[in-house]
Amino acid sequence: MSTALKILVPVKRVIDYAVKPRVNSARTAIETAGVKHSMNPFDELSIEAAVRMRERGTPAVTDILALSAGPPKCVDVLRTAMAMGADRSIHVEISDAEVKEKGELEPLGVAKLLKSVVEKEERNLVILGKQSIDDDSNQTGQMLAGLLGWGQATQASKIEFEGDNVSVTREVDGGVETLRCPLPMVITTDLRLNEPRYASLPNIMKAKKKKLEKMTLQDFGVDDGRRLKTLKVEEPPARQGGGKVEDVDGMIKKLKELGAI
Amino acid sequence: MPPLRLNPTLFNRCRASSRPRLLRPALLPRFLAAQARWSSATTEPNQPDPDGGTQGAPSSQKHIKYTSESYPEIKRDSKFGGLSEKHVQYFKELLGTESAVIDGFSQDATDDLEPFNSDWMRKYKGHTKLVVKPGSTEEVSKVLKYCNYNMLAVVPQGGNSGLVGGSVPVFDEIVVNMSRMNKIRDFDEVSGTLVVDAGCILEVADHFLAEKNHIFPLDLGAKGSCQIGGNVATNAGGLRLLRYGSLHGNVLGIEAVLPDGTVMDDLSRLRKNNTGYDIKQLFIGGEGTIGIITGVSIQCPQRSKASNVAFFGLESFGKVQQAFCAAKGQLSEILSAFELMDGPSQDLVHRVTDKKRPLEGQHPFYCLIETSGSNPDHDSEKLESFLENVMGEEIVSDGVLAQDETQIQSLWSWREGIPECLGHWGGVYKYDLSIPLPELYKLVEDTRERLTSAGLVGDDETHPVVGVVGYGHMGDSNLHLNIATRRFDKEVENKLEPFVYEWIAKRNGSISAEHGLGLAKKAFIGYSRSETMIRLMKQIKELYDPNGIMNPYKYI
Repeated sequence: MSTALKILVPVKRVIDYAVKPRVNSARTAIETAGVKHSMNPFDELSIEAAVRMRERGTPAVTDILALSAGPPKCVDVLRTAMAMGADRSIHVEISDAEVKEKGELEPLGVAKLLKSVVEKEERNLVILGKQSIDDDSNQTGQMLAGLLGWGQATQASKIEFEGDNVSVTREVDGGVETLRCPLPMVITTDLRLNEPRYASLPNIMKAKKKKLEKMTLQDFGVDDGRRLKTLKVEEPPARQGGGKVEDVDGMIKKLKELGAI
Repeated sequence: MPPLRLNPTLFNRCRASSRPRLLRPALLPRFLAAQARWSSATTEPNQPDPDGGTQGAPSSQKHIKYTSESYPEIKRDSKFGGLSEKHVQYFKELLGTESAVIDGFSQDATDDLEPFNSDWMRKYKGHTKLVVKPGSTEEVSKVLKYCNYNMLAVVPQGGNSGLVGGSVPVFDEIVVNMSRMNKIRDFDEVSGTLVVDAGCILEVADHFLAEKNHIFPLDLGAKGSCQIGGNVATNAGGLRLLRYGSLHGNVLGIEAVLPDGTVMDDLSRLRKNNTGYDIKQLFIGGEGTIGIITGVSIQCPQRSKASNVAFFGLESFGKVQQAFCAAKGQLSEILSAFELMDGPSQDLVHRVTDKKRPLEGQHPFYCLIETSGSNPDHDSEKLESFLENVMGEEIVSDGVLAQDETQIQSLWSWREGIPECLGHWGGVYKYDLSIPLPELYKLVEDTRERLTSAGLVGDDETHPVVGVVGYGHMGDSNLHLNIATRRFDKEVENKLEPFVYEWIAKRNGSISAEHGLGLAKKAFIGYSRSETMIRLMKQIKELYDPNGIMNPYKYI
């Protein structure tokens, strides 16, 4: 009989993938005010992976806990996570003012928070997105595994269970690599792992009744000190648009000007 | 429509191993391009494909049948003069630059003329030998004046993305292509009034407006190639009509050139102007038969900050109507689209794209609802109580709500992808109809029954018809009845026509809701308009174009 899974899925609220990000006027960050936000796409994959594990049934999944740390609006992505199938969620609230003053949590701070949650909630599997699409750090999962002393399998494109061992396929240059690792462990997800489901209306309704706990960083006794400093954020140089010529003569003239002929 | 909203973003950087969902319907055109036999007969033209090019641009047009052969009853009117060396010379001198005239008269320019002679559906093809591209209103005026004096027939042409063969010549009419008049003349941010040249491409104008937080009150699949002048001349409908209304209301002013060269400068920017007959309305939907539109001023609304999309499965058309009433009642001002798709249309999309369906079970009807508003929280609250209501009352059997922009686009692709997918097997008979709402779907059932009982519908090659589907703009009582076929077949055609038109006439519907008349529907106008109305229309034509040089053989 294999161990039942108690899964933690951290989710991040980020600028919607389809929105074109703009640098703010002070050039210190990306403009977030009035911009559509959604769940980090990699985190959607993590939720989907967890829900599919439960649907498969072996090993049994006792509980899927979603967690988000950030401003009050993070509740939206937690509701989405629960509508997709997470059982309950924790919102570690960081006020907008605090984010403004100190900046967002850094990967190490998040990893420490997650470690504390894992211990408190007795988790034996953490599934995270391999990175968030806003800061692209790709660090939290690895740091968490390090802090916990657990095995890690990053960028998973396939997850299979063999007793208490988990076999994870990851895409590497020129092929795939398969890792086998015992529970407890940390898995980070990659794009090919699955195709996340839509939140269905009945499940959206049900999600409203699911438990959503509000907590703070202090509740977990986490040092969230910032160690990184953003000096400047700039847009990549604008693409030089091509020119149009009226006719063949125009083109020949242009090419001569440029010394091409 | 568009399936055209994907922006390159941050996320692209981590797309080295992209999941299929993120590619959205963009997969579709590429897939179809490989099989484009007749497929483009049904798609919106020039959809961007994932490689950055366009599909729908006809590749091998060698075998398009001449319109004059498909319609042998149409004879070239002998009152029109033929092209001469002198004429060609005149246009060349008038327009100056070499690129403004495509001359197939004094030399062989068949290939260059091809895109102007034939339409993107590859259904119509003319014999023109001359294309002129005036660059200003004044040049348009001189071109028309000359043609009128010399009895040379002309066809005004925009993006050539029409569906009824209205923008291509039948015989040797001179094509007046508006693509060089493509400037945005003026935009007033306070009133939202935009003034553009007729040849300005719709998407270009919409992008320009997006920068200024405004939106063009018209959106349609062909936005990447269609021109605003053409949109106005055909009174295009499209996806935003439910919210923003028709061009008859949004166009504030028109600058047009009459056949005798008179410039009609009615480029008003006023919303209210009750001073005499509103002549510009005749040009909206006039399909280039009384003059050429050269400039348009149009009222553009504020762009919505928040938009949501929900996708429903419903048990019956009765429930669809209930859902529509509920949406109007509860979402009212934020409702921006209510689109209907029947089960068979979604089955065919699924068969072609093999994409994961949004809903788990299958349903006889599907609806797509879009809301747009200025306050995301306010919209979500409204939408949620609406969704709770329609689920609770069991009006809808199942549904999903898009959680992010990518899902919004993905859900839209199940509606916007229909025309493309239907063309997968060969040809499509398309009918674009206005029908009183309660009976909207009955036509599809009746037509399906008629073709099935005639033994024409089936899953193998021996049956010409693949499926009979209905979809459309529920919010505007506008149904698209499409019959996907493996080949164009006389027997199918005889079963469909005049059956469909008679069915529509009995219910006082319209045989052409948004596509116009052009050549394809000219013969059938009598099913929707009385003799008196047609006579009055002919008087207008006679008055403005006494020589009949404008877009002959078409319209009325």
